[in-house]
Amino acid sequence: MTTTTPFDLASAPAEARAALDAYVLALADDALLQGHRDSEWTGLGPILEEDIAFSSMAQDEIGHALVWYTLRAEHLGAPTPDEQAFRRDAAGWRNARLVELPRGDYATSLIRRTLFDIAKAIQYDALRHSAWPPLAVAAGKLRQEKKYHLLHNQAYVRRLGTSGADSHDRLQSALDALFPAALGLFEPTTGEAALTALGVVAPSAALSAVWLGAVRELLAQSGLSAPIATVAPDVGGRRGEHTDDLGAMLDAMQSLHRSDPEATW
Amino acid sequence: MTRHLDRAAVEAALRGVADPEIPMVSVVDLGIVQSIAIAPGPEGDAVTIAITPTFTGCPALDMMRTEIAAAVASLGAASVEVRVVLDPPWSSDRIAPAAREAMRAIGLAPPPPATRFTADPTLSLTLAAPDEPPTACPFCGSMDTVTDNPFGSTLCRSVHYCNGCRQPFEAFKAL
Repeated sequence: MTTTTPFDLASAPAEARAALDAYVLALADDALLQGHRDSEWTGLGPILEEDIAFSSMAQDEIGHALVWYTLRAEHLGAPTPDEQAFRRDAAGWRNARLVELPRGDYATSLIRRTLFDIAKAIQYDALRHSAWPPLAVAAGKLRQEKKYHLLHNQAYVRRLGTSGADSHDRLQSALDALFPAALGLFEPTTGEAALTALGVVAPSAALSAVWLGAVRELLAQSGLSAPIATVAPDVGGRRGEHTDDLGAMLDAMQSLHRSDPEATW
Repeated sequence: MTRHLDRAAVEAALRGVADPEIPMVSVVDLGIVQSIAIAPGPEGDAVTIAITPTFTGCPALDMMRTEIAAAVASLGAASVEVRVVLDPPWSSDRIAPAAREAMRAIGLAPPPPATRFTADPTLSLTLAAPDEPPTACPFCGSMDTVTDNPFGSTLCRSVHYCNGCRQPFEAFKAL
């Protein structure tokens, strides 16, 4: 992505504005649901260190979602972050399906986290050069915070992938199961092409290629293999087509807020 | 008669506001105060303070925001606005030397320089390197330490072990 002229939201055509809103919403929804799924390990982690790690990464991710929902509220006419998160039905969500799947066992959660964080680190790194300054600023900030996720995930994947048949096989099974949905992280949002032409976002296809290279490198170091030759991406999330798991997840996540939307804490 | 504030008075008030998770370090020494603007008016001064989060998921930010507003209001400002901004992003390199000493004094290792990661344009360094360079032990100063967990009791802390004095310790993360 090369920045040419700064993108001016006020004078942008309506289609570009709608496309930008769809793009930022996908960023927000990916972060919130990944964070919510990881928070399900709080108190249940297989060891104390991993309970703390997944709870911390969940907290980071929910903070990242707040940044993106706030950006929509401040610049793109969206309601408050709480309304966006807690008063929207499944069809309105634009997250990739990867983050709505149940947390599964620890291997599933670790592999999902790993594939997700590498994807977001690469995406945020590219968005630092966005022609729309608020997007560039937020991406630059969140990119830095991915450092500790990458360190954590990769240390565990290397260790568990190379330390015995049982842990290796559990990681490989999780990889085989999640890979189609992980490729779905790069499903373009509605109108993405108009934004890439303006230098506002990076093309998802280009990010996907960088991601695949980084994932292959890590898996090779970990005695694991990427099932890329055999799978088609599991897409639809960016168009609001979701699995039933999302409905169940939103029921749990939104029930408290919806029971008393005016409550203060 | 209205009372006019000067920047030094506002900054002194902010030095009385601490991060609730690191109470020995003020918000000024932590480096989260981005700017202070004082606009005199007929009703008194309108003060605008821009702060920036350490980690964006930090739950202490709202509390610091409220306490900063109260501290500046108590000086007699006509209005106080505390804005949260992300540009430029916070870095642990902004933590003042005195605050680093205060951290060490309670056994919390201050962060090593953050530049190693932030200067890497492609993240390749992190993808290739399994571990961070060692953090100096706050108790004995040894560099013979290992990272037990990049996540700890708060988002901004990691957990380490010193092979020199055989003590576990926490560190403030480099960011």
